[in-house]
Amino acid sequence: MFKIVKRETMADDTVVLNEIEAPRIAAKARPGQFVILKANETGERIPLTISDLDPERGTITVIYMVVGKSTALFQTLAVGDGYQDVIGPLGKPTDIEKLGKVVCVGGGTGVAVLFPITRGFKEAGNEVISIIGARNKDLLLLEDKMKAASDQLHVCTDDGSYGHKGFVTEVLKDVLDNHKADLVVAIGPVPMMKFVSKLTYEYNVKTLVSLNPIMIDGTGMCGGCRVSVGDETKFACVDGPEFDGHKVDYDGLMQRLNAYAQEEKAAYEQYCRLHQTD
Amino acid sequence: MTQKASKKEKIPRQPMPEQAPEVRRRNFEEVPLGYSPETAVKEAQRCLQCKKPACVTGCPVEVDIPGFVGQIAEGHFENAIQTIWGKNSLPAICGRVCPQEIQCEGECILGKKDQPLAIGNLERFVADRAREEVACEFPAKAAPTGKKVAIVGSGPSGLTVAGDLLLKGHEVTLLEAFHKPGGVLVYGIPEFRLPKEIVACEVAGLEKLGLRIECNNVVGRTVSLDELFEDGYDAVYIGVGAGLPKFLNIPGENLIGIYSANEYLTRANLMKAYRFPEYDTPLAKGKNVAVLGAGNVAMDSARTAMRLGAEKVRIVYRRSRDEMPARAAEIHHAEEEGIEFYLLTSPIAFVGDENGRVVQMKCLQMELGEPDESGRRRPVAVEGSEFLLDCDLAVVAVGADANPLLTQSDPEISLNKWGYIIADPKTGKTTKKGVWAGGDIVTGQATVILAMGAGRDAANSIHDYLTIGW
Ligand SMILES: Cc1cc2nc3c(=O)[nH]c(=O)nc-3n(C[C@H](O)[C@H](O)[C@H](O)COP(=O)(O)OP(=O)(O)OC[C@H]3O[C@@H](n4cnc5c(N)ncnc54)[C@H](O)[C@@H]3O)c2cc1C
Ligand SMILES: Cc1cc2nc3c(=O)[nH]c(=O)nc-3n(C[C@H](O)[C@H](O)[C@H](O)COP(=O)(O)OP(=O)(O)OC[C@H]3O[C@@H](n4cnc5c(N)ncnc54)[C@H](O)[C@@H]3O)c2cc1C
Ligand code: SF4
Ligand code: FES
Repeated sequence: MFKIVKRETMADDTVVLNEIEAPRIAAKARPGQFVILKANETGERIPLTISDLDPERGTITVIYMVVGKSTALFQTLAVGDGYQDVIGPLGKPTDIEKLGKVVCVGGGTGVAVLFPITRGFKEAGNEVISIIGARNKDLLLLEDKMKAASDQLHVCTDDGSYGHKGFVTEVLKDVLDNHKADLVVAIGPVPMMKFVSKLTYEYNVKTLVSLNPIMIDGTGMCGGCRVSVGDETKFACVDGPEFDGHKVDYDGLMQRLNAYAQEEKAAYEQYCRLHQTD
Repeated sequence: MTQKASKKEKIPRQPMPEQAPEVRRRNFEEVPLGYSPETAVKEAQRCLQCKKPACVTGCPVEVDIPGFVGQIAEGHFENAIQTIWGKNSLPAICGRVCPQEIQCEGECILGKKDQPLAIGNLERFVADRAREEVACEFPAKAAPTGKKVAIVGSGPSGLTVAGDLLLKGHEVTLLEAFHKPGGVLVYGIPEFRLPKEIVACEVAGLEKLGLRIECNNVVGRTVSLDELFEDGYDAVYIGVGAGLPKFLNIPGENLIGIYSANEYLTRANLMKAYRFPEYDTPLAKGKNVAVLGAGNVAMDSARTAMRLGAEKVRIVYRRSRDEMPARAAEIHHAEEEGIEFYLLTSPIAFVGDENGRVVQMKCLQMELGEPDESGRRRPVAVEGSEFLLDCDLAVVAVGADANPLLTQSDPEISLNKWGYIIADPKTGKTTKKGVWAGGDIVTGQATVILAMGAGRDAANSIHDYLTIGW
């Protein structure tokens, strides 16, 4: 069992942080990598990014949004409980090097994924400008941590309850007009990554995005996580999860993410009925 | 003598009792029900006890077939299992999945005039009995050697190495990427053909012998080979299988509803999606299912789809019936269960709807032309034969390649041009000192018994290394 040693909730309890004992993974993981977790015998294998780690304590931290049955089940786990299985670190680490000026753009829970990468670029000596967004102030994640990991932090909310009112792309356009960026890293909902990539393409700035297709093994043995990048089919769990944002087929990815929409909805509703959560 | 033999031949081959096709095509319980002791004895009595048994030459691990069959004929079932164990540590599995018709039974002399002896069925009978009824004695373990061996991958080849080295007194740890041990035996081959309880029982037996199992350890990611040596292991065996799905690389292959066989079967078997929503992993249920390929993997996928409630399941294969690589029993069972065979049919594209779900498959009719390198007649397209097949779920089961995750993490391990590990065919030694490899990651997708055979050879070589030197 992989024990939970710390648990926090954020964003109106819709987002949960778990610090988990996994010394092997904590010793090895690098920014951009993820783990697969399975709560119990009947559970599903769920990929989550390693948002932080502490090799000395032998722990990793994941931050997830409750969106369906499996994440609702994860939400019930308290400190002292644990996951039956945690597998990792999986995926290729982010290629972190000193480039000059790096712009990090995060939306929703994508900010949790973005944070270790942002910190990595900063530690490598880059000037880091970050832009994070959420639907409203309460849903905004990791503002303090992102601030500490960036030279400049811009915040946006869709409803204007905090920071700039509007989408991250609007602020990004401003930043790109005023700075010569060497790299943009964009992580968040698929449409956000799609529009960021569209924009950076016009500015001719190399862009990295992190993709989240449905996965099972995370080791390249099933091909379920395949995405079209340029003319090629890639397995996100081993060839990614990060890809050149200008080449990704976002519409195809969105369709594949909906492959089990019906089954997931039914399973979640049944789960909620049985457990009378919200 | 001749008189006696001809008298014996009169007993017909004892059929295996099975679940009726119309019942079993909708459930996941095992299809063959097993011999009763009486039937087993009767079948065993058909054996001619040849002086130069041809069957043994057909068995890749040379099980003493007349030996154990003779013991069954005399009712000494406990002795029979010991005889088999001398050469084969997983008989309950082999009795169920070996392609007997091209191995032991294919050579059996009775088969020249009549039906060959049902060696697989007898092997299965003895092994099941040992597991279910008789509390069998484990073979004695040699004195501890103080040497530590890590085995990467818990498929049949890794399990065989583990068993052999434990008995020789070494300390053995099995590292498995998945959350459950067993390799293809648990994630690939379905419950109705190989109950998972049997695999679990074999693994539990090894644990009783002292095997340590670490699941969730993806070697190459969680630890490297060099770190294993730093952790104090004296030798490493790599048996990671051929876990990279092949696709057809035809248009539309990334539509929703198109699975690799690996994904389809892993969801169904390992994740138990057939019990969704009791188990959390979902799996699309197709009405019109097309399975591309005609090996064991294709038959397993097709029969799984039928059990999940499909109306029509079609095996689509570009060669003819004679070239189908599946075990004869699987093809026969699939046909009985109502699976249709579209032979000499080659898919060229998938067609999707507005939501990106597959709805049809474009195919070409083929005919057999000249023989190719493999000696099989090459299928060539019939001009103007393009047609559409309705399908809302397709499973691509056209083979597997070497998964590069581990093999490319260590440059000292040499690979051939297809990415398989180069290992000495006799000993399994790789180009890295202290590292052996065997099974599908060396040969490409083959059979359970060949993976076990490679494991046995490597175990002997590892033992020599640990007691004598490289
Ligand atoms: C590499 C990677 C890293 C990720 N990191 C994070 C993270 O740090 N924080 C976070 O909140 N989410 C992350 N996700 C997404 C997270 O895995 C899904 O939200 C989760 O699987 C939903 O499961 P569910 O049963 O609760 O919801 P469901 O109701 O099953 O599904 C909700 C949505 O999640 C997607 N999903 C379902 N099953 C899977 C699966 N096995 N693999 C991937 N996606 C699935 C579906 O497309 C669906 O649209 C990541 C995904 C990937 C692939
Ligand atoms: C659906 C299907 C049906 C089949 N039917 C038959 C049949 O009827 N008869 C027959 O004889 N053969 C059959 N085969 C073939 C047979 O199963 C294989 O030849 C055999 O299992 C190979 O054994 P192995 O030990 O080499 O590898 P595998 O059984 O593939 O096991 C390898 C194990 O290594 C693990 N692994 C991989 N990478 C890593 C890593 N980096 N770190 C740790 N662990 C890792 C995998 O998760 C897996 O558990 C079938 C195969 C399939 C897929
Ligand atoms: S191991 Fe396979 S080939 Fe050998 S006797 Fe048993 S069934 Fe026949
Ligand atoms: S999750 Fe199976 S190949 Fe990527």
